Amino acid sequence: MPTQKTLAVTGNVLVAEAMRQCAPDVMAAYPITPQTTIVEEFAKFVANGRVHTEYVTVESEHSAMSSCVGASAAGARVMTATSSQGLALMWEELFIAAGMRLPIVMANANRALSAPINIHCDHSDIMGARDTGWIILFAENAQEAYDNTIMAVRIAEHPDVMLPVMTTLDGFITTHSIDRAEIMDDDTVKEFVGEYVPEYALLDTDHPVSHGNFAGLGGPYFEFKRSQRNAIDRSAEVIRDVADEWTAICGRPFGMVEGWGMEDAEIAIVAIGSTAGNVRAVARELRAQGVRVGVLKVRCFRPFPFADVADALAGCKAVAVLDRAESFGAEGGPLFLEVRSALYDRTERPAIVNYIYGLGGSDVKLDLLRRVYSDLSDVADGAQVPGRLVYLGAR
Amino acid sequence: MANIKELSRREDRLEGGHRLCAGCGASIAVRQVLLGAGLTPVVAGCATGCLEVSTTIYPYSSWKVPFIHNAFENSAATVSGVESAFKGLQRAGKIPADKKMKFVAFGGDGGTYDIGLQSLSGAMERGHDMVYVCYDNGAYMNTGIQRSSATPLGAWATTAEVGKVGQGKPMRRKDLTSIMAAHHIPYVAQASISEWKDLTTKAEKAFAVKGPAFINVFAPCPRGWRIPYDKTVEIASLAVKTAFWPLFEVEDGVWKMTTKRVTSENRLPIEEFLTPQGRFKHLFKPENAELLAAVQAEVDRNFAYVQGRCGA
Ligand SMILES: Cc1ncc(C[n+]2csc(CCOP(=O)(O)OP(=O)(O)O)c2C)c(N)n1
Repeated sequence: MPTQKTLAVTGNVLVAEAMRQCAPDVMAAYPITPQTTIVEEFAKFVANGRVHTEYVTVESEHSAMSSCVGASAAGARVMTATSSQGLALMWEELFIAAGMRLPIVMANANRALSAPINIHCDHSDIMGARDTGWIILFAENAQEAYDNTIMAVRIAEHPDVMLPVMTTLDGFITTHSIDRAEIMDDDTVKEFVGEYVPEYALLDTDHPVSHGNFAGLGGPYFEFKRSQRNAIDRSAEVIRDVADEWTAICGRPFGMVEGWGMEDAEIAIVAIGSTAGNVRAVARELRAQGVRVGVLKVRCFRPFPFADVADALAGCKAVAVLDRAESFGAEGGPLFLEVRSALYDRTERPAIVNYIYGLGGSDVKLDLLRRVYSDLSDVADGAQVPGRLVYLGAR
Repeated sequence: MANIKELSRREDRLEGGHRLCAGCGASIAVRQVLLGAGLTPVVAGCATGCLEVSTTIYPYSSWKVPFIHNAFENSAATVSGVESAFKGLQRAGKIPADKKMKFVAFGGDGGTYDIGLQSLSGAMERGHDMVYVCYDNGAYMNTGIQRSSATPLGAWATTAEVGKVGQGKPMRRKDLTSIMAAHHIPYVAQASISEWKDLTTKAEKAFAVKGPAFINVFAPCPRGWRIPYDKTVEIASLAVKTAFWPLFEVEDGVWKMTTKRVTSENRLPIEEFLTPQGRFKHLFKPENAELLAAVQAEVDRNFAYVQGRCGA
């Protein structure tokens, strides 16, 4: 019988708990704010003998992911966590983990990238990794960070997928705020994630295999990339199935995207991560005043759920996309580019505005979000789009 | 220690038919090192470089042991991950507690002295039960003979050119073996592919110790050193006889010369090592006499240092 306990804890503590429950064989650990408390919590599990995990205290994030690659190829269930500069330092290895089809699970505490140095939340780090071949899930709150971590193991290790998964949570906002969340009992999680049975393990010395071979010189590099593309496309169905299974156990629903008020919304805001909650709070206010507003949260960023996004938004008159990251020189932020592209094939398309907001942890005040909806109302009434890209609330 | 008869009966764990150049020192180093692992199963890793690109051209592999290549600077971290997986899975009861396995990471001097130094240092400090082997051919060969911090003073390289002003690499080599000894790991050694008995014995010791071990193996590159492909072993031997490459080991902190044949008195002048190599040709121009003397002085200094550490 699944039993859940209600806790008041930070997102990081919950992620660490989820990792403990998934029982990785190897965990690589390197500190960086605001991820650090994840690896600190895990160190306590190790010190208290609560996990069998080999805890590898590497000397850098590059080595964190390098050792994860080695351990995963060896046949182990492998996890790590990072943030910001750490994720950037891993960049080379992110591609290798995905290219070698290794089901590593990593938590990322979303944080701004230098320069100037800044330890607070935005999505520059994770968006910089969006084309590395990893599956990327965004959590809105501590609860989702916990649930995503558990589901990530099943998704990554699924034979149709075999790709690494990043579960992300917003730095400080989610990693460090105390939140109310339900934690599942250990046995239920253990049974849900099951055991990892690798197909080509380095430690299977009776069947020696070579990993990471050279595929240049007219080799099959191109075809390998296509198979990677096929795998991440296939993963969408697995992500949905795993979510349904977990929902049946824990009672919480998980969509690739999650709409609020989208059934009849005339104007809508698309957001990812913790901001989705703030937007919903404002949307509730406006609904009470009779404005037909909606909120669309994107939980799964890679693979990007194009059809779900387009289905949800196609009926709107005006849509705002909130980006907590830049794509300097592009038409807009990373989320905007995806959403706009998702709508291209529809004959009826809403007007669409891009807001860059909250970089380096700059406050996302509800008033700013009210302003976005008010802009959208004007646009829906035929006003000019207020510039294609707006730096929301920049002084 | 195994004699040559026993060694000759052991399986070669790096199969022939790979695409390394004729006379490449790297494959000799690998085969001798793997002989030292005896019959215990081994997992090998290798940094990006000549050895890796030439032995693992998909869908082929010359490695008869499980093998992993990850990237250039992280062969040590990668193999440390493999070893950690072994420990974690053993603790989980998924691998029998009495199963024995060995782990070895290879890297060229570029992948070890330079870009991989941090990864190597970290893995050694963490105490993984693994052996790291640098095959030192004194330059980035795979990308076309660029200087590394292992390139000797005065040597030509494509990024240490010889011209009107430049006369090859103006800096001395980094003493990586001493740096590894400063990690106070159970076993550190310097060896050469020309001294098979010394090298296979060192490899046996490195695999036998519990915890990290490091071996720096001198492995000439005919292409990069501008020597005929049938002179690899001879040149390596001259490096030993001129004391350019002293053979020693550091066992639990105790330094020891592993050959008594090379002494301050009987070692050959460095010219014997330099003359046959095209990369040192310019040193013999009359105007470079001072530089040539500096190269000898550098060898003297280094040999005296190692002798001092060994109490010889
Ligand atoms: C991060 C990174 N930088 C540069 C390279 C290009 N590169 C590949 S192999 C190589 C040289 C390897 O030299 P070394 O380690 O001495 O081995 P060798 O080729 O001599 O066997 C370089 C520079 C790379 N693959 N990755």
